[in-house]
Amino acid sequence: MSTQNKMPYNCREATFLIEKQIISSISIKQQHKLKSHLEACFVCEIFQQQSLLINEMFKNHFFTKDADLPELDKNFKQTLEKRIEYELNRK
Amino acid sequence: MPAVKRIEAGTLSSTSLDPQNWVNKYADYLFKYAFLRIRDQDLAKDLVQETFLAGLKGLAGFSGRSTERTWLTAILKYKIIDYYRKESSGLANTKAIVKVEEIQDSYFESDNGHWKSEHVPKPFKVVQDPLHDKEFNRILQACMTKLPALWSSVFTMKHIDEEKTEVILAQLRLSSANFWVIIHRTKLSLRDCLQKKWL
Repeated sequence: MSTQNKMPYNCREATFLIEKQIISSISIKQQHKLKSHLEACFVCEIFQQQSLLINEMFKNHFFTKDADLPELDKNFKQTLEKRIEYELNRK
Repeated sequence: MPAVKRIEAGTLSSTSLDPQNWVNKYADYLFKYAFLRIRDQDLAKDLVQETFLAGLKGLAGFSGRSTERTWLTAILKYKIIDYYRKESSGLANTKAIVKVEEIQDSYFESDNGHWKSEHVPKPFKVVQDPLHDKEFNRILQACMTKLPALWSSVFTMKHIDEEKTEVILAQLRLSSANFWVIIHRTKLSLRDCLQKKWL
């Protein structure tokens, strides 16, 4: 891209600031420069959208019932129950 | 004075703590909680067991200000952080970090810092609702397992637990500069992994 050299920040710096801005805050000057970068660079714009999507996945979906997670087996639970019973009686 | 829980002749004279039913009531929840944060089934099981045993030892310290589940979760959380610390200080982790950093340096052109053509972000496969797409979730979880332990710990504490940054810095003994580098690199890795695997 011939416009790259005139853009504020390169993509490595821009993606760093995108991440920082999502979690915390960046200076007003940085915000302006990042905005100009994103207006000129649709690729980093895609990065930003996908980054937000990934964060949302972690916040919401991982705890829903349809998440494909392993389950505890009965044996483990029974052994653990016995252990607790034993510990309680020991006291 | 906090309500002190006593165990008399093997029975618990407490209105709020009921260890005989802990496994039945909380084992699945705690296991899921641990597994999502450390991604290792055997280790998650060990931590659930350790949590209950620590809970039994600390029955007297339960003040009744939180629910039984919250109290047990807090114990588990402490054990997970302990595990993160151990994991992230090991030599294996240092090697893993170096390896991922080498891969990552190839994302951007070394002279001007712009995306290399083979790593340029492209739109993901379009699905109606990626937030509830099982396959997307499965791949994202698989991508998480490829991260160095310290990176996934930081990322999990920030995005699943929504911990304050200061808390993460203190608990994992990280500098602020290091924290931001990790956050950035983790996201670059995860996004790239998703792009490659979610076709």
